[in-house]
Amino acid sequence: MNKNLRYLTGPFSKENPVIVQILGICSALAVTVQLKPAVVMALSVAVVTGFSSLIMSVLRKGVPSRIRIIVQLVVIATMVILVDQFLKAFVYDVSKQLSVYVGLIITNCIVMGRVEAFALANKPWASFLDGVGNGFGYGIILVITAFVRELTGSGTLYGYRIIPESWYEHGYANNGLMLFPPMALIIVGCIIWAHRSWNKELQEK
Amino acid sequence: MDALNLFIRSVFIDNMVFAFFFGMCSYIAVSKSVKTALGLGLAVTFVQVMTVPLNYLLYEHVLRADALIEGVDLSFLTFIVFIATIAAFTQLVEMVVEKFSPSLYNQLGIFLPLIAVNCAIMGGSLFMQQKVDALEMTSFGESVVYGLGSGVGWWLAIVMMAAIRERTTYSNIPKALKGPGIAFIITGLMGVAFLMFSGIQL
Repeated sequence: MNKNLRYLTGPFSKENPVIVQILGICSALAVTVQLKPAVVMALSVAVVTGFSSLIMSVLRKGVPSRIRIIVQLVVIATMVILVDQFLKAFVYDVSKQLSVYVGLIITNCIVMGRVEAFALANKPWASFLDGVGNGFGYGIILVITAFVRELTGSGTLYGYRIIPESWYEHGYANNGLMLFPPMALIIVGCIIWAHRSWNKELQEK
Repeated sequence: MDALNLFIRSVFIDNMVFAFFFGMCSYIAVSKSVKTALGLGLAVTFVQVMTVPLNYLLYEHVLRADALIEGVDLSFLTFIVFIATIAAFTQLVEMVVEKFSPSLYNQLGIFLPLIAVNCAIMGGSLFMQQKVDALEMTSFGESVVYGLGSGVGWWLAIVMMAAIRERTTYSNIPKALKGPGIAFIITGLMGVAFLMFSGIQL
């Protein structure tokens, strides 16, 4: 039980896929202008990593290792198509905002990385937990970045106004630069900085 | 003129790395020396130039609504078809290069197969699909130009980054920021500089 819990929670901080393993950054940054798409993206990735790890773990003894990459791609692509169709059906506006980034979950290194590194050598249930844990570890970074960007860039959170109107009358202004793509990189850089000051063993010599 | 405009746009304004964060994983991992960055950039550009037009043909003539059979819309299959094309093409390139030029194959080494899961390649094809749907891209030629432009943009970004990172080995960076941390911040600052190009039209 304890071991399973570790699979689930390990990726939240010390084995975080984004800021420690530097995986899956491509889509992590582009969807963080607002909190809502970031949350939807985080859930989608958690679902895809969880179930692709589960399926590949079930199939791991039947698939010859020479063709495993293409089998993985097919499994992952199928999961992503399901998620994409689901988003289009139930949260169409968010799916429009995410645009190509849903499709890019296929090439998200976290999914492939966890399948290769973990699911091919472990039991289905452990692989599923590991996949979901990594999906949420990715989600945490997404949500922190989106929180900072939406609050300072538009003064709202999840679409609701947080900074009161009266502040604007006294000369407060939104930081428009926060809405531009480069700021996401700088914020993640700062998260890495803070995280590594905390966890000294992760620092590079 | 339109083609030149599209090329400039895809290299500088819609730069794969600075505007969309595509291919960041290999971008951070491989940008430690200029020489390997040049090799990988070249390989990515080549695969991009080949796969975007290939996927364009597939999308335009097979997958699009009413393209193959009247009333049949196969566009929900685009993800799986695009990734299959890319994976198959990368495999093909690897085999051809290994057969005809073993020295080049040894130089590129592990980077060649890794291109299949480089988001810049998949992203290029997906943006091509978006442009076709928005009627911004109407000919085969334009898809070639777009593939070339986005590949060259990625190449430019990784070579610039590698050059800067080679210099930073001599600078005094806070311990916790060394490695990926400073790489992210440098990329962010380069991205701010690239914002300067937005709005340029020829």
